[in-house]
Formats: sequence, structure tokens, C-alpha cells
Amino acid sequence: MAEPSTTLSPAPSSEAPVGRRAGIGDALRALELDTRMVGMIGALAIVWISFDILTGGAFLTPRNLWNLSVQTASVAVMATGMVLVIVTRNIDLSVGSILGFTGMVVGVLQARILPEIWGFENPLTWVVAVLAAVAVGGAVGAVQGAIIAYLGVSSFIVTLGGLLVWRGAAWWVTTGQTVAPMDGAFKRLGGGFEGAIGAGPSWMVGIAAVLLSVAAILVTRRRRAGFGFPVRPLWAEGVVILLVAAAIVGAVLVVNAYPLPVPVVRRMMEAQGLSTDGGLPFVAHGFAIPVLIAVAVGVGMTFLSRRTRFGRYVFAIGGNPEAAELSGINTKRVMVMVFGLMGALCGLSACIATARLNAATNANGTLDELYVIAAAIIGGTSMAGGVGTILGAMLGAMVMQSLQSGMVLLGVDAPMQNIVVGLVLVAAVYVDTLYRKGLK
Amino acid sequence: MMGAQMTALATAIPATPPLVEMRDVSIAFGGIKAVDGVSIDLYPGEVVGLLGHNGAGKSTLIKILSGAYAADHGEIRVNGEPVHITSPRDAKRCGIETIYQTLALADNVDAAANIFLGREKLTAWGTLDDHAMEAEARKVMGRLNPHFRRFKEPVKALSGGQRQSVAIARAIHFDARVLIMDEPTAALGPAETQQVGELVKQLKQEGIGIFLISHDIHDVFDLADRIHVMKNGKLVGTARVSDMTKDEVLGMIILGKCPPGAVPGPGAAA
Repeated sequence: MAEPSTTLSPAPSSEAPVGRRAGIGDALRALELDTRMVGMIGALAIVWISFDILTGGAFLTPRNLWNLSVQTASVAVMATGMVLVIVTRNIDLSVGSILGFTGMVVGVLQARILPEIWGFENPLTWVVAVLAAVAVGGAVGAVQGAIIAYLGVSSFIVTLGGLLVWRGAAWWVTTGQTVAPMDGAFKRLGGGFEGAIGAGPSWMVGIAAVLLSVAAILVTRRRRAGFGFPVRPLWAEGVVILLVAAAIVGAVLVVNAYPLPVPVVRRMMEAQGLSTDGGLPFVAHGFAIPVLIAVAVGVGMTFLSRRTRFGRYVFAIGGNPEAAELSGINTKRVMVMVFGLMGALCGLSACIATARLNAATNANGTLDELYVIAAAIIGGTSMAGGVGTILGAMLGAMVMQSLQSGMVLLGVDAPMQNIVVGLVLVAAVYVDTLYRKGLK
Repeated sequence: MMGAQMTALATAIPATPPLVEMRDVSIAFGGIKAVDGVSIDLYPGEVVGLLGHNGAGKSTLIKILSGAYAADHGEIRVNGEPVHITSPRDAKRCGIETIYQTLALADNVDAAANIFLGREKLTAWGTLDDHAMEAEARKVMGRLNPHFRRFKEPVKALSGGQRQSVAIARAIHFDARVLIMDEPTAALGPAETQQVGELVKQLKQEGIGIFLISHDIHDVFDLADRIHVMKNGKLVGTARVSDMTKDEVLGMIILGKCPPGAVPGPGAAA
């Protein structure tokens, strides 16, 4: 995000021939925005506005957008990992089952094993649970990755097997029993009013995000200028900063406009010994914790894919596996790391999903693999490998969830929802194919 | 008799040890000996052509030197020192760089990322230093292809000649001492072929040794000092280009017949 035009996105060159008449096209080119990303945001905006009109204004409300963001978090987290998997010309069909399995493991860990050691509601319980989920998921993914990389079994087969194996393993953890309730602190990871950080902290998060983005943009500009490379004109830099800041501040305003339910506010007031006679104040939700987790994962994964050797190798392998091998890259180790990372993200998503449900069930995450893959694909990840962005996949997850949420608001029945989502997936890939052809 | 000829050849070239020497190298794939007891050498500032039909084993031999395959038998020496090359990384550590016939570029990333692939420059934080890499890419590309400006685009958007420049830039940027060029002009037009020829001469003057693998005997006669000819995995013979006619070389390639001016190898027809 800090640098819209990177090596990995087909952004228009800033070194386009000069001497043409200045127009809107040139102005847009100066901004160096990723046209495909702009297209995705446009598509999302169309979906949102259409649903808002169709539902008579029930879609673009703080309440619905807040819920939408919470519902997207789990799939969005996994979609960031799926981008890297698909970029390396592989697929992971087991993510929903890994989520189910690790969800059961954290459920049993915090509801049965840890309480025997240090009792219920220990402040460390949620930390141990999350670390365990990430470690177990990462180990499962790494094992699958090792089979794919070192034994040469195709990822489709290995993870298809994994889909059955880990779903079965999820059942075996408790022989099918649901585990509930979850630890109080852990439950906040799933959202709900206890999992929202409130108005003040939301502003702080928002301001910190704006400052970091601006700093990143300016540091990049100074480095490019220092090397004597072409940089965006100052006005364009200003516009980009304004757009980023507006998006962040907008998000804060939305989540801070969604009030906590009246009984909750009354209980909070009473708990603090305050009088409720003078009417109840407006107490905002603020950002939901699972959404902050998803955003942090998105930023981290973007950094990983664009600023580290590992990320560079992932894309190089996707572009030309043989060339990557001949360049001396240990492609097998990179593959194990990609699948291990995917598994670890499934573990994190398992925490969000389990916390949100306030229960660990062996069916948790069923069919998630399809939503995760669809999110990555709608977000512009190419099945041919080598192309994809983390931000795109997260927007893809948002588009999918928006469609479902909007159809629920419209009262569309479930089978019809599936039909629409399926058609949108195919149509999105077709549009993307046209776009790519246009580039050549 | 062979020994006398060897001595004659050795006196014609400087008495320093060869830059690269492959001795009695063999490799088999599923019982078929793709390379069978081949010995070749290369001196600093020398261009040596490797000739032979498709399937003669020249590409396989060179892939052993570049680390893509590990030899079953034989020895590789660099500057007289025995080295173990079991991966492309080992070869690069010995200063051996390869420009593959397929170019071996990652099409989806830009020129700088390709040039530094596997050898990225890092910042003090351990992150990719894309700016420093782009700066160096601009320098090395400026030397090879001064008009090149498309540093931000994935290399699949580039022309054949530009892609070739990127592959060459990757090979020469890291102080290569030995350059292997596998069919460097196969995909190029006449102007670009000439450009590669100029580059070969320039690198030669810098003291770099070059193995030139080619089907095109005219290319080899234009650029090479010596030739090694292979047939059916064996070395037919070695000769100085100035001592040979094109017909004699064609006879070596097609019939495996070693003319009087060449040093016969194990694969020479009786």
C-alpha cells in the first residue's frame, strides 16, 4: 500500500513517452495507481450501492458494515495465504478442514486442559490457545508442503487428502462433541460487543495508521529521489496521501457510528456505579478485534510478499519454476514454508471462527476452502501462477461476503445465494482474463 | 602421437592453468550415457565453441558445469583447483555464470528482480533493497542496452532482444570469470545477433572465458578461438578455429571424423 507501483503489479510506467497532451489519462498515470485494484474497489462500490438501493438503505449502515467486516475476517485471513499458494502454481483444498481441526484443538485446550492447570479465565489462556492454534496449523501445513515439495505429489491430491484427513481428525479430538463455552478473553477475538475496542482506541488506531502510511509513502519517495529515479509529481503524492487518509478516517467514522445495544450500555453504567437516570449515552463499538487481526495479517503478508526474499522467491517460482531453481533458490524449502504459512493462518482463522461461535465444533470451516480460493481468485490471483496481491484477495473476500450479506438482507434463499456467488466467481475470472489480454 | 599434438597445442596457448577444466566427465540418464568421458578446457579471454548435433550431449555437459546436473564421474577444476559443483549456487560461487537458451527468466517480475534473483541486495533491516537493485540494474543495462527504459515492467512485456539483455546482465553483473552462452542468438534478429557478437568480443577483452554453444557454425567461426566438437556424448576432437575450414568442422560434427589439424578425442571415428 505504501508503494502502489511495485514490481509485481502491472502498474503503468512512470516513464511513459512524454510530449503528449496532458489530460485525465496522464493525471491518472501520474498517480501510479494499480488500475486493477481501482477496478476491484469500483466493483465493491457498485455491489454496495446496488444492495443499498435494493434494500431501501439497509445495507450501507454502520451496523451492517461493521458486521460485514467481522464476517469477512476469518476468510480474509486465510485468503492472504492462499494468494501465495496459488501464485506458486499450487492449490490448498484443506484449509477449511485445518481450520476445523485446529479449532477443536484450541477448544479442548482452553476449555478442558488449561483450566485443569491454572483454572478458568486465566489471563494467559487466550495467548496459549492462539499460539497453539498457529503452531498446530503451521505444522499441519508444513507436513503437507513437505509431501508436495519433497515427495512430488501434486498439491491438489495432497490437500484433497488433507481435506478428508483433518476433517476426520477434528471429529476424533472429542469424538464429535461440541466444546463450549470459550475463555472470556479468547472470545473477544471473535468480535461481538465485547470484542470491539471502543471509540477512543479506534481513533488512536486510525491516526497511527494514517501516520505510518504517510511516513511510508514519503520515505519511499525520498529513497527513489535519492537514487535519481523518477518520482510522482508532488500533487499526485498529495492526492495519494489524501485518499489513504480518507479511507482510514472513513472506516473509523463508520465503526464509531455503530452504538452498543442499550442493555449493554446500561449494564456497563451500572457496573461502574453510574446513574442511568439522565438517559443513556451513545457508546460506540469501534473496530472489532477480528477485523484488526485481519488488517494486521494483510499488512504483514503484503510486507512479506513484497519486501522480503521469501516473497520474491514465491513470485519467481510462480513465474518460472525452472528459472527459480537455476538461480539457486531452494524452491522445495520455499514450498514447505508457503504451505506452513497457509496452515498457520488457518490456525489463526480457527481462533477467530471458534471465538465468534463461542464453541468449537468439528464442522467449523466446512466449505471455507471454496470461499478462500474464490476470494483469492476474485481478488486477481491468477490460477496460472505468478500473479496476485494480498490486498486484492482481501477485497475479494469482502466482495463475496457483501454478496451473501446483501442477499440475506434481501431475503434471497440459500440455494439462490450459492447460484449467484458461483456465477459471480466465473464472471469475475472472465473479466480478469479480458483485462489481462488487454494488457498484452 | 596424440601426446605430441597435445604439447603442440599447449605451447600455442599461455602456460597458465586453464580457467576451467572438465576432465573425463560422464553422466547417464536411465542407462543412456548422455556425456561419456569428455574432457574440455577454457583459458582466460578465450571463446571456445561447443559444437554438435541435437542430442550430442553439449547442453548436458554444460549443465554439469553450471550446476543444473551433477556428474556421475569426472573432475572439474577452476584455475587449477578441483571444485565440487552440485548446484547452480556452487557454480556461481566459482564465478561460472550461464545464459540459458530459454533465458530462464521469471517472466512476472521486472528486470532488476531477475538480475538479482537468488542474490538479492538487502537493506540493514534484512528487507529487499529494491532501490539499490534498480540502481545497479540501470547501470549494467545501460552498458548492454543503453536505450532500455522499461525497468518497472515484468520482463514478459519486453522484446526478445531486451529479454536477452536482461539474461546477459544477470550473468555478467556478478564478476563472472566464466560465461556459458547456450544458443545465445537462436531467438534474435540480425541486429541483435550482431550486438551479442560485440558483447562477446568486449567480455573477451576483459579476460572472461566464454563457452559458446551453438548450432550455427558461422557464429562460431566469427567469435570462437577454439572449438570442441561432440557426437553421441563423446568428444570428437578439439581444434583452433584458424586451423580449420568450415567443411572440416562439418565433417567432425556429422561424421565424427577428426581432420589432421585437430586433436582427436575418444569419440573420433577411426
